[in-house]
Amino acid sequence: MQSKPLALTILDVVSIIVLAISAYLALFFAPTEAVMGQVQRVFYFHVGTAWVGLLGFLFAAITGIVYLVTKDLKWDRVEVAAVEVSLVFFFITIVLGSIWARPAWNTWWTWDPRLTTAAITELIYIAYFMLRQSIEDPERRARFGAVYTLLGGISAPITFMVIRLFRTIHPVVIGNQSAAAQGGFDMTSDMKVAFFFALFTFTVIFVDLFWHRIRLGDLQDKVEQLRLKVSM
Amino acid sequence: MFLETIPDTSGYMIAGYVIAFVTMGIYVASMYIRSRNLKQDLSTLESMDNEHKSKAKRK
Repeated sequence: MQSKPLALTILDVVSIIVLAISAYLALFFAPTEAVMGQVQRVFYFHVGTAWVGLLGFLFAAITGIVYLVTKDLKWDRVEVAAVEVSLVFFFITIVLGSIWARPAWNTWWTWDPRLTTAAITELIYIAYFMLRQSIEDPERRARFGAVYTLLGGISAPITFMVIRLFRTIHPVVIGNQSAAAQGGFDMTSDMKVAFFFALFTFTVIFVDLFWHRIRLGDLQDKVEQLRLKVSM
Repeated sequence: MFLETIPDTSGYMIAGYVIAFVTMGIYVASMYIRSRNLKQDLSTLESMDNEHKSKAKRK
């Protein structure tokens, strides 16, 4: 494995700094929302993690296509990295949403279209790793994985659009929301600063973790190849 | 009836941020541990490979 690039070390430091700034903006800088109180502050990380989670799933679908075209296993490793990092961020999104829902909707969970599609998306990608575990041949595993992420990728735009297309209680902060939405609010300029900075922060952190995960995949591949060579 | 005071939902907010940071921390730790284990495997396999090579040379 090559030594850690300087750019990645810089990205690590930048990620920590922007995360600290983003937490400050969300927790202290942004004003307290008048109806929901302090719990509204989870919104900034909720949307930030959802943004990179869904984008990562779409990116995995694209790398799946690239693998199917090129048959280069490097793209399979990129795809796995995108899915794994997105899965972690999207898990945070769902948990934060549930925590927000308890005081806002008086329930931890409801089978609303947005929550249902989000849960399905998360389960689709958990199943992706189960599928990969069940296939031993690397090329077959990569091919199945690529087709799976291609199909699974459809769930990302559906999850994003569902609150704009269906009657749902999930609020839409940017754009028109359903008449049934509960817990929506208009962002003040300070809230917008915290919100857009959170989007930027999680984009930076995603790129950082994604890069680390690709390097981990490369190392795994190297170990596997050497293991095969030694066992011959 | 009008809502005159902001409800105290700070406990939920703290729980949310703790879970977010702990989840990210666990993931970073898992990547570090996996990387460390793989590096150990790699050095073991490389030494085994070198042994094989030196044995083959002697023959």
